[in-house]
Amino acid sequence: MSAVTEPLLDLTEPTIAAENRSVSVCAVDLLVPGRGVAALIDGQQVAVFLTEHHGLFAVGNHDPISDTNVLSRGITGSINGEPVVASPIYKQRFSLRTGICLDDPAYAVPVYRIETIDGMVHVHVVS
Amino acid sequence: MGSMKHTQLVVVGNGMVGHKFVEALVQQAAPEHLQITVFGEEPRPAYDRVALSSWFAGTTVEELTLPEPGYYERHGVTLFTDEKVDRIDRDTRRIHTTSGRTLAYDTLVLATGSFPFVPPVANGDAAGTFVYRTIDDLEAIAAWASRGGVRAGAVIGGGLLGLEAANALHTLGLDTHVVEFAERLMPVQVDEGGGRALRSRIERLGVSVHTARATSEVVLGPDRSVAGLRFADPAHGDLDVQLVLYSAGIRPRDELARSAGLAVGERGGVVVDDELRTNDPAIYAIGEVALLQGRIYGLVAPGYDMARTLAANLVGALDTEGTTDHRFTGAELSTKLKLLGIDVASFGDSFGKAPGARCLVWDDPVAAVYKKLVVDEATGAVTGGVLVGDASAYATLLSMSRGDLPTPDDPSPLLLPAGSSDSALGAVGVTALADTSTICSCNNVVKGQICSAVADGCHTMADLKATTTAGTGCGGCQPLMKDLLQHELTAAGLDVDTSLCTHFAHTRAELYSLVRFHGHRTFTAVLANHGHPGLTDGCDICKPTIGSILASLGEGYILDGEQSALQDTNDHFLANLQKDGTYSVVPRIPGGEITPNGLITIGEVARDYGLYTKITGGQRIDLFGARVEQLPEIWTRLVDAGFESGHAYGKALRTVKSCVGETWCRYGVQDSVAMAIAVELRYRGLRAPHKIKMAVSGCTRECAEAQSKDVGIIATERGWNLYVGGNGGLRPQHAVLFAEDLDDATLIRYIDRFLMFYIRTADRLERTASWLNKIEGGLDHVRSVVMNDSLGIADELETDMANHVASYECEWKATIESPERVSRFVSFVNAPDAADPHIVFVEERGQIRPARPEEKPPAEVPVLLGAGAGAMP
Ligand code: SRM
Ligand SMILES: Cc1cc2nc3c(=O)[nH]c(=O)nc-3n(C[C@H](O)[C@H](O)[C@H](O)COP(=O)(O)OP(=O)(O)OC[C@H]3O[C@@H](n4cnc5c(N)ncnc54)[C@H](O)[C@@H]3O)c2cc1C
Ligand code: SF4
Ligand code: FES
Repeated sequence: MSAVTEPLLDLTEPTIAAENRSVSVCAVDLLVPGRGVAALIDGQQVAVFLTEHHGLFAVGNHDPISDTNVLSRGITGSINGEPVVASPIYKQRFSLRTGICLDDPAYAVPVYRIETIDGMVHVHVVS
Repeated sequence: MGSMKHTQLVVVGNGMVGHKFVEALVQQAAPEHLQITVFGEEPRPAYDRVALSSWFAGTTVEELTLPEPGYYERHGVTLFTDEKVDRIDRDTRRIHTTSGRTLAYDTLVLATGSFPFVPPVANGDAAGTFVYRTIDDLEAIAAWASRGGVRAGAVIGGGLLGLEAANALHTLGLDTHVVEFAERLMPVQVDEGGGRALRSRIERLGVSVHTARATSEVVLGPDRSVAGLRFADPAHGDLDVQLVLYSAGIRPRDELARSAGLAVGERGGVVVDDELRTNDPAIYAIGEVALLQGRIYGLVAPGYDMARTLAANLVGALDTEGTTDHRFTGAELSTKLKLLGIDVASFGDSFGKAPGARCLVWDDPVAAVYKKLVVDEATGAVTGGVLVGDASAYATLLSMSRGDLPTPDDPSPLLLPAGSSDSALGAVGVTALADTSTICSCNNVVKGQICSAVADGCHTMADLKATTTAGTGCGGCQPLMKDLLQHELTAAGLDVDTSLCTHFAHTRAELYSLVRFHGHRTFTAVLANHGHPGLTDGCDICKPTIGSILASLGEGYILDGEQSALQDTNDHFLANLQKDGTYSVVPRIPGGEITPNGLITIGEVARDYGLYTKITGGQRIDLFGARVEQLPEIWTRLVDAGFESGHAYGKALRTVKSCVGETWCRYGVQDSVAMAIAVELRYRGLRAPHKIKMAVSGCTRECAEAQSKDVGIIATERGWNLYVGGNGGLRPQHAVLFAEDLDDATLIRYIDRFLMFYIRTADRLERTASWLNKIEGGLDHVRSVVMNDSLGIADELETDMANHVASYECEWKATIESPERVSRFVSFVNAPDAADPHIVFVEERGQIRPARPEEKPPAEVPVLLGAGAGAMP
């Protein structure tokens, strides 16, 4: 190996939380495009977003930087095409696709698989 | 994975260079089997010593701290602060610390810096004597200076640091003396003419300068603390000072090396070769403690070079394929400083000592500007110089002296005052710099790197700094960087970037006009018509900005339809987010006037919901600790009792403070409370580029502090004086008198126009103070727009304000009246009644406060596995 800096984390592959079941959290109609809601699934807090143009995402609601459960209340958007949510506390942006913090890749939040089944939003989790 | 063999690297000293060394190792991806441990004697991690003096101007320790919080932990580096290494045992390769710790090393790096030299004077260690090196020193100086009876201070040493220290004493309000042994100030850096100009400038500031003086004794008072300073020559009378600060040079902190038997120089310093190695191959020294090629480098840039060189070597050595041929090749000793607000620079062969050196001098004793250029007689090239009083040409001249820029045939215009058409920067531009010329000497960044960063999309100074690290040290290179940036952008056919964000090329002011002109009502319409083509989504900068513009233009309830997604989280929940994820509740209390029943209601609500209650700095009451799902209930109670939103969460009108005024106060000349209430009710809810604060005082005694507000109103016998552009915060600024003796109607008309003009033209997050500082034409321009309608827009401005006043509704009232709107205020969609278990309070002084991390159970964070992705609904 030579002394070339390598990224601390692979920025292209999402880190997905372990899953073994899917839980329905709310009707998709309830979601406001561009905003998020939090869901409580067996003690895990999941932030669910309906973005205007990239569809649905679910990531951990816990902001590792401020140690608060607030990511669902952040503003969504995209940075160079990457869908992101900005933490409402100190404004770091997390990729909704990979969970990695764009402002400091040493931080990441878990990403959950999410889909709509019969108009209901389902999040895949382990419990 | 990873080998079991751990190489132990121990760093002694966590100062500027020690930290840079760790950073360089991290950046060069130091191999995983390198275990790094750092010991620092100071009680805090490394901080920016170069910027130490800014502490007196309000820069906090946090801001000075070099590593981001958690940096060391994140990169697996162990840092022990407040722990001094007091012995090296070279035979067993171990170090011992003052707290009794012993640690083995394979490689040891000494980065112990230096200590201030205290000249031998009688009573030299009396209470009230200080040195100037660490944050602890500054805290002690500030504490002493604030003691009763401490009126004057003397700095011993008129060098670079001495003058910086003198500045500090001056800022602390002490009568300040500088005592220098040599014939002139800054003898090391500037020549005689420069010293003269410097002295004359410094004396104009009221600092007394005493050159060619030897100090013999600190005179003691009855309590044995400093009461004066006595000189060796009795012809000079004692100085009446109560504080003495030594700044008579530095000495390397080589005591550790000395006692371990390492080679040290005659006058101190750990001897190292050009690979920074001491005579023990396992031990290195870098920074101010290192003696290299017979000299100590007392500046940060050479120290940083050493840190980078050593890191590269160590990483290379640990790497089988690596090379170890990095060498420290000496360093630039040029300096540019702003001392007491005076530019001083010296560079290259500043004393003209090289054979064939000729000097060109510009000496203006009236303006106290002195400039000297040293030119090589044979080649005509600039080789060095001294600048005092005007160092604007420093960067260009420095480049010439390094050979990076050609010297023009006639170098004399380079000495002309800044701003004259042929001044240095005009004579040769940044274009003439070679790609390999150093732009930032602190961080070793050359022109080529900056240009390619610009080409790769860094179009702002912030991006450029983040990407290249240039400009993040002393900051001296920033003007040159800015020039380069503008030049590169213009050359690429791009305008110098004033874009709001990556989605819009417009400034906020331009967007405001566009939205107003086209009558857009949604973000989508604004993005589609004025955003970069092809974009479908905004970001956390443009969304709230456009949300605010739409709201300023009277777009109604901010949480309906598409507007909802634009709001910052504070606006989205109509409350201020706190550090623990809860919210605060601030009812409007217009003018600070409140009935006993109103107070009781607020008290009851706070009690029933267990909210932390505090009187704010804005004459109202803040209730903290409400969870999202409690907000609608709390507000229902408040609204029912006649309260409305205080917009504490919005970039909007905040409070209008008042004093009690003519009604009760024996000096009052107008009813300031009534005016404050009227003004607050008129402008409540007005969304703006930043928050707006106002105050009304009933007479010139100014108890409402109106002159610190965006809009200040002070009663006169004949009406009201209007002040604008005041600001507290980080950079306080007094409001300026805008118009005098106005009647009520004119006052309101002017404020209407002033505020709407501000809302139209200011940048995002720009308070009225900074807007006024920047706007072309300045205050006079704003006055002529507001008072004489010079742009012919007064009617429009008034109409816009009338629209705002007519469309105002209390956002909280509108929210609680709609079950659909209320339904969004839950912690969890699928469990509307559940509270976030991670929010924990503890009791303090009879009220709640958020639990600190160590008082809380850990958050549940799920396990991470591989692959998967998002899905379309
Ligand atoms: C509550 C209060 C402190 C207190 O306990 O007294 C306060 C609290 C906050 N201030 Fe303040 N400021 C408070 C009076 C002030 C004052 C004094 C005043 O208004 O008379 C100032 C200086 C005056 C000025 O603004 O010019 C002040 C200058 C700031 C600044 C710096 C503004 C600047 O222009 O530099 C910020 C940061 C910002 O706005 O970007 C800030 C930001 C904040 C924020 C919003 C920080 C944040 O983002 O969380 C705090 C929100 C608390 C909350 O949830 O309600 N606060 N803040 C005061 C509320 C007044 C009110 O009734 O609304
Ligand atoms: C007020 C001021 C202004 C300055 N302005 C400039 C400027 O404008 N430009 C410029 O280039 N330079 C300037 N300097 C100089 C610059 O700060 C130094 O060159 C630089 O800090 C040197 O870094 P260093 O790491 O070698 O030493 P330091 O930053 O002094 O760090 C050494 C650290 O090691 C610790 N230490 C010492 N011995 C031990 C031990 N045995 N065990 C554990 N820890 C130990 C010390 O407590 C200290 O924290 C200024 C200095 C001061 C004081
Ligand atoms: S000064 Fe203002 S912003 Fe700072 S902590 Fe106090 S309330 Fe918060
Ligand atoms: S030269 Fe000091 S920051 Fe660039």
